Amino acid sequence: MLEIRGLRATVADKEILRGIDLTVLPGEVHAVMGPNGSGKSTLAQVLAGHPAYEVTGGTVTYEGDDLLEMDPEVRAQKGIFLAFQYPVEIPGVSNAYFLRAAYNEIRRARGEEEIDPMSFADLMDEKMKLVEMDDAMLTRSVNTGFSGGEKKRNEILQMAVLEPKLAILDETDSGLDIDALRIVANGVNSLKRPTNATIVVTHYQRLLNHIVPDYVHVLAGGRIVRSGGKDLALELEARGYDWLLEEAVA
Amino acid sequence: MIDSFLQSFDRFSSNGASAVPDAVRTLRLSAITRFETLGFPTTRNEDWHFTSVSPIVEGGFAALTKPSGGVTATHIAPYSFAESGWHTLVFVNGRFNAALSGVSALPDGVRVLPIAEAYDELPMLVEQYLGKIASFDAHSFTALNTAFINDGAVVHVGADIEVARPIHLLFVSDASATLGAVHPRNLIVLDQFAKATVIESYAGLGDGAYLTNAVTEATVGDGATLTHLKLQRESPAAFHVGTLDVRQARDSHLFSFSFATGGSLSRTNIYTQLRGEGCGATLNGLYLGDGDQHIDHQTRIEHVEPNCYSRELYKGILDGSAHGVFNGKVYVHPEAQKTDGKQTNNTLLLSERAQIDTKPQLEIFADDVKCTHGATVGRLDETSLFYMKSRGVNARTARELLTYAFAADVLETIELAEVREGLESATLRRYTDG
Repeated sequence: MLEIRGLRATVADKEILRGIDLTVLPGEVHAVMGPNGSGKSTLAQVLAGHPAYEVTGGTVTYEGDDLLEMDPEVRAQKGIFLAFQYPVEIPGVSNAYFLRAAYNEIRRARGEEEIDPMSFADLMDEKMKLVEMDDAMLTRSVNTGFSGGEKKRNEILQMAVLEPKLAILDETDSGLDIDALRIVANGVNSLKRPTNATIVVTHYQRLLNHIVPDYVHVLAGGRIVRSGGKDLALELEARGYDWLLEEAVA
Repeated sequence: MIDSFLQSFDRFSSNGASAVPDAVRTLRLSAITRFETLGFPTTRNEDWHFTSVSPIVEGGFAALTKPSGGVTATHIAPYSFAESGWHTLVFVNGRFNAALSGVSALPDGVRVLPIAEAYDELPMLVEQYLGKIASFDAHSFTALNTAFINDGAVVHVGADIEVARPIHLLFVSDASATLGAVHPRNLIVLDQFAKATVIESYAGLGDGAYLTNAVTEATVGDGATLTHLKLQRESPAAFHVGTLDVRQARDSHLFSFSFATGGSLSRTNIYTQLRGEGCGATLNGLYLGDGDQHIDHQTRIEHVEPNCYSRELYKGILDGSAHGVFNGKVYVHPEAQKTDGKQTNNTLLLSERAQIDTKPQLEIFADDVKCTHGATVGRLDETSLFYMKSRGVNARTARELLTYAFAADVLETIELAEVREGLESATLRRYTDG
């Protein structure tokens, strides 16, 4: 599904990613962990096509196509979804209007008919339950005045509606209390299919108690310094990152 | 260059200005004399620094005195708001049109009528207020308007009365107004604890160049609340100068919204004086420009007494070679302690050639006040664009939606649903293809 080879990227002329290799197959859950500044969020943003990051080397192949050639909206239309670490507030655009616009564009890109407002309302009803969100959130402007937890739930709501093939969760657990974490994790788990894949970017192990990864990768200094199974996350939780960084240097 | 306007006044005062009270005749004469002295403002005048009115001066627009037919309910429908149960006065080319107007049953103590009728029916009110609020001493266009006082609306709401339905004053100009001038003059009087919503609409039905030069005077009594919505949707070639001048008494509130999108050159003045303690004034506005349009707003909030607040949010979207001007002054008198003022002007430029001159000003002569002001000029936020695109929304749609959202943010402050939703959908249609 996704094949990253030797990926290098800079932001404001500073090299953040220094040769990432990662392969994700359908049905898999990959956790990308690492200390602050290791490049985790950069990797997520580069995959989504954020214009502030410049790719300076390597390749990313998504379902056989060159991902780096695609505009951000094309990536989304082909099934890539990034849950933002800091969801953006858009005053003046209602959540419902925004979601329907996105949903219909993705349908159009797939050659499907636009959904009518009634059917869309039914779809929203179902998806709102998944993330335990109140109807009132739909008429409010996108993320505007939302609490941290509401913003993260709103990201998962968008994910639930858009049904991506490859979801990238960028520090979705940061700033969440235990309840919100449970709701977000349940949302993600119930969207899991044998045909789609998830990359969970996180600093902490606790989200991985709820979303169980098949693989754990540790990012440091812009490279993956260790990959393993879900036990690696537990080991990191117990021992911190320092021992790995020392090993990587040695 | 003011000769044609003076000649127009001679013709007007000899045949167009029948049967008015002596006081009005005297007022007109002193106004034309003042106008002759002032002339039209030039860009050397600080208040007109960014706006040249030479196209108006050279246009020589003569006052229209004859009513014209041909305008029907169908023509004005796009500028109405369904208006079930509203009190609507329609003026065509500056003249009251009874057939298109409709005033629903009003409670005792409330009058909504054309100024010519008010001379007879509310002589005391006219004498007390007309020409007493909107000073023409330093304002050429107000002097010119006062000289040509002929038609417009008078709204009087007696003490303790709330007018439930909006009052809509709709001024339309059709093709026969081309090269003519209309000088609508309105008077709004709210007695103590009265409450009313007045919408003042200006719309063009043809393509010709004409001048609208409107003045509205308003007095808001103790504890009274006036909502004033001004909608400027003149013809593309038209010129528009419109002034709202308000006096607020103790504990009164003013909500003013100015929506300006028409005309080749327009200037809107919104002035209020907070003359009693405990007043509040909110002045919001939205200007949408394109092509070679020039859209100017000047606001002046004068805090005369202590413990009042004022809030101001003006936003604009300019495309093409449009030129916007925002000049907002908050003036705090020495006695006006504990004044709480906030003024903001944000403009979105959609093209390289569009420009805005923004000048928020605070003049504070009291020492215990809280006043802030700020202005931003910018393009669409890249982070917001990326966020929308990352959800599959096409670049163009994302731009359109963000542009609309920029405007919707201030339109949301209009409480009256018919007007808010009408302007929202018009703005949505303008900036999106949906």
